[in-house]
Amino acid sequence: MALDDKQQYQTREFKVVGTRVKRPDGVDKVTGKARFGADMSAPGMLIARVLRSPHAHARINSIDTSAAEALPGVHAVVTRADFNEITDDDFTADILDNCMAGDKALYDGHAVAAVAANSPAVAKAALKLIKVDYDLLPHVTDVDAAMAKDAPVLHEGRTNESVPDGMSPNVLARYEFGHGDIEAGLAKADRVIERTYKTEATHQGYIEPHACLASMGPDGQADLWCCTQGHYMVRNTCATIMGLEQGQLRVTASEIGGGFGGKTTVFLEPVALALSKKTGRPVKMVMSRSEVLRATGPTASSSIDVRIGMTKDGRITAAFAELRYQGGAYPGSPVEFGSMSAFAPYDLENVKTVGWDVVTNRPKQAAYRAPGAPMAAYAVESAIDELAKGFDLDPLAVRLKNAAREGTKASYGPTFPAIGLEATLRAAKDHPHWTAPLGENQGRGVACGFWFNFGGDTCVTLNITPDGTVTVSEGNPDIGGSRASMSMMAAEELGIPYEQVRTIVADTGSLGQNEVTDGSRVTFAVGLATIEAARAAKREMCKRAAMVWGIEEDAVKWEDGAAHPAGENAGKHPPMTLKDIAAVASNTGGPIAGHHEANPEGAGVSFATHMVDTEVDPDTGAVKILRYTVFQDAGKAVHPDYVEGQFQGGAVQGIGWALNEEYIYGDDGVLQNAGFLDYRIPVASDLPMIDTVILEIPNPGHPYGVRGVGETSIVPPLAAVSNSVSEAAGVRLTQLPMSPPKVLSALHSK
Amino acid sequence: MQYLAPTTVEEAVSALASHSGDCRILAGGTDLLVRMRSDMADPDAVVDLKRIDAMKQITPEDGGWRIGAAVSGAEMGEHADLVADWPGVVEATNLIGSTQIQGRCTMAGNLCNASPAADSVPAMVAAGAVARVVGPDGTRVVPVEEIPTAPGRTSLEKGELVDAIILPERGARGGDAYLRFIPRTEMDIAVVGCGVSLTLDDDGTCTAARVALGAVAPTVIVVPEAADALIGTKVDDAALDALSAACSAAAKPIDDKRGTVDFRVHVAGVLAKRAAVIAKKRAGGAA
Repeated sequence: MALDDKQQYQTREFKVVGTRVKRPDGVDKVTGKARFGADMSAPGMLIARVLRSPHAHARINSIDTSAAEALPGVHAVVTRADFNEITDDDFTADILDNCMAGDKALYDGHAVAAVAANSPAVAKAALKLIKVDYDLLPHVTDVDAAMAKDAPVLHEGRTNESVPDGMSPNVLARYEFGHGDIEAGLAKADRVIERTYKTEATHQGYIEPHACLASMGPDGQADLWCCTQGHYMVRNTCATIMGLEQGQLRVTASEIGGGFGGKTTVFLEPVALALSKKTGRPVKMVMSRSEVLRATGPTASSSIDVRIGMTKDGRITAAFAELRYQGGAYPGSPVEFGSMSAFAPYDLENVKTVGWDVVTNRPKQAAYRAPGAPMAAYAVESAIDELAKGFDLDPLAVRLKNAAREGTKASYGPTFPAIGLEATLRAAKDHPHWTAPLGENQGRGVACGFWFNFGGDTCVTLNITPDGTVTVSEGNPDIGGSRASMSMMAAEELGIPYEQVRTIVADTGSLGQNEVTDGSRVTFAVGLATIEAARAAKREMCKRAAMVWGIEEDAVKWEDGAAHPAGENAGKHPPMTLKDIAAVASNTGGPIAGHHEANPEGAGVSFATHMVDTEVDPDTGAVKILRYTVFQDAGKAVHPDYVEGQFQGGAVQGIGWALNEEYIYGDDGVLQNAGFLDYRIPVASDLPMIDTVILEIPNPGHPYGVRGVGETSIVPPLAAVSNSVSEAAGVRLTQLPMSPPKVLSALHSK
Repeated sequence: MQYLAPTTVEEAVSALASHSGDCRILAGGTDLLVRMRSDMADPDAVVDLKRIDAMKQITPEDGGWRIGAAVSGAEMGEHADLVADWPGVVEATNLIGSTQIQGRCTMAGNLCNASPAADSVPAMVAAGAVARVVGPDGTRVVPVEEIPTAPGRTSLEKGELVDAIILPERGARGGDAYLRFIPRTEMDIAVVGCGVSLTLDDDGTCTAARVALGAVAPTVIVVPEAADALIGTKVDDAALDALSAACSAAAKPIDDKRGTVDFRVHVAGVLAKRAAVIAKKRAGGAA
């Protein structure tokens, strides 16, 4: 048969891809029928609640659970003593310690025990009967304070060999990237600025709290229903913690009310499994919002020094940044990504970043949309903006002058293939927003952002039903519209209508390993696997048609949803549609399916430029977002509504991070704003409609040119908003969030 | 937990007075239910006032208005005559929570919740509102500013409840306004709040004024010096500056997660000025 098997991008005319089809999960979601994490129940189910440390740092001497266990209605209490210690896998051992504290409580909200009972009320009452004997320890929650030599120490002996001697044991790792000679480059500059920037920790703010239902039998088999970005990750992690074989634990992902990276690890699931194992009953756990904020995975707070030299015509001669991120009580802050991404948008001769991974008495950070990149971009893009304005240069022109393009050696190592940064900058320059007039106390800011995008383990199975409809099974929870996108790519490849395809998210027993829904990977990697699975099915269908027609397989081609005889010797046969072939499948060899398993590597980096107008109230420091436009390269926008939604969502989360969102710790190390009243995400009336401009510079590594779009959109807004507010206020701000008291104080210090 | 839904004020008072445990009043429930859900309250009994007809009424009284304790913010907002007389009080009440919350929340509940940041309270205080308190020993009438005594505490005795808020007669050239500062545009809690009510005479001179500040002290405070800055003036720029300075001087806030002392002191003055300009305009004063 004559099919093009190349996974590389090929120019083509799209029929389904690029249209705005109806989303398959829409009706259930707006009618409340969709089943989220907390919507599953089981016969005989118990409800579990978690006892959490009220202290930022404390040694746990003992936990007396006897009174709780004696309370009528209580079935079991678990503490760390109920889990086997993990000695050969630090990564998973840290996850276990975060799910249930060992000899120390490391942050306010750290789980120390859990109760399974007949009802939430009994479970709640039982928590009050658990007696924990704590010795309070000194604590530290600020990244710079945690790096001081006399800072309270969280862990001894966990420092990576990359860290020089003599630093606080809280400093766990050092990263370095770059090339060239910084000092020589700075010497060529007409001006060098050196600034320090700070950002606070923020939470993903997903609307659905974590929830799960676990059932573990005495036969070693277990089932878990949960809200997660990756049920295969949940399976593998829980299997390690519970000492189960991966194949014996089946995990089903619920619908998911947002994740943004925060659901790429586990918090409740091992505890629910342990309680189920101990009681022999299904156990359900649902977090409250306060638990979500205190004890899940916000992103890092940061402290960043930047030194950049620029010539008076806007060329950057050298760029250096030192980044300090605290990622909570365990190793793994996203400072490595921050250090890699900080200067990625620029073509620089001399560039260097140094990153420090630091622990503090805060919850273990989890991924948050382009983890580590927004804070780095905030610092770098603020400094570039200040330099450009200092020379009275157009900030877009300065960025264009220094922009990375095809062939640029990136600051973190690789040489870029075709990329879209220049296209976003030119689109920004040409957009009416750029030249629209501004009023009094108003300012306009721009900033660029970069994200790597990932591939990862991926499996897709595509089945042809006897009546000729198509079902696609993927292993990635659908957060950003992947069911629609996969159905569209399958329909495109098969040449059939979108409505003829339904995509489901299959459980862990149904497919091979799948990386979590993260790294903006799904539309790229799962899309590639879907296209390849469809191609496999087409090959099989061509084979069946050849059999029916009694001709050679390679004398059949697939076109417009049907097999056609091809070539001079094929003979004249009317085309067989997918439905025709499906109808005779049983008699031509049995059911027809295609599948594809891969770890695709050509994800293709993504760039964006954001432009925002703000107005500052000079009497109160209040900031209003007046207008906002996102310019981003999508490679190929499979479903433009979802792509625009990703652009807008990232921008809005970035606006929240820039203006009012922050983790506020008191002197006692206790989180003061564990609720959506005082953890201020933007509300709808705070925002204008976020305008979007989709650029399409095809990714060479995907058959349709797709790039991930989910994360890049949160990278520029912190800096774009800060540059805008700094212009409106007439004073440069260097700390986030720019909450009204901070802005007013800056105005008064002018 | 016991749920009681009396149909008369007497039954409600009797239930409150006779219950031996932690007995809470439920009007809109927009504070109480949140507290219960977040483990901050665990009452033995709840007395729901919404089945008492009189508590659901907005009634003209002595030229002013009697607003029953179970009247929702939305009902006040839809009452054209009330809005015409006391737009500041109504807009303050309508700032509480969201559209959904407005369907339930009440002004009396906002008062008795005794938060220094309660939105309706500075507006009521500025308006000179009084609370009608009913208890086992009869009925008394108390200026609203005397109900809260500290965050979460009131001067109500056991068995007492506020059954209505009474707003005085507005008069010919009166106007009121309430402004609050929040970091967002809605769904938030006042970092500073300011209510201003004033009366002008025929030539536009201010003859009476009351100014109250929220979220700058343990309770909402009345600022007589601020009122004095307006009385006898045409509410001109000089008077507004004096008003602003008096409010900043009277503000005794704390540093907390919602704002700093410096910020609140400054913004108290800013809001007072802005609210006074609106109140003056509503009173028919020249811009």
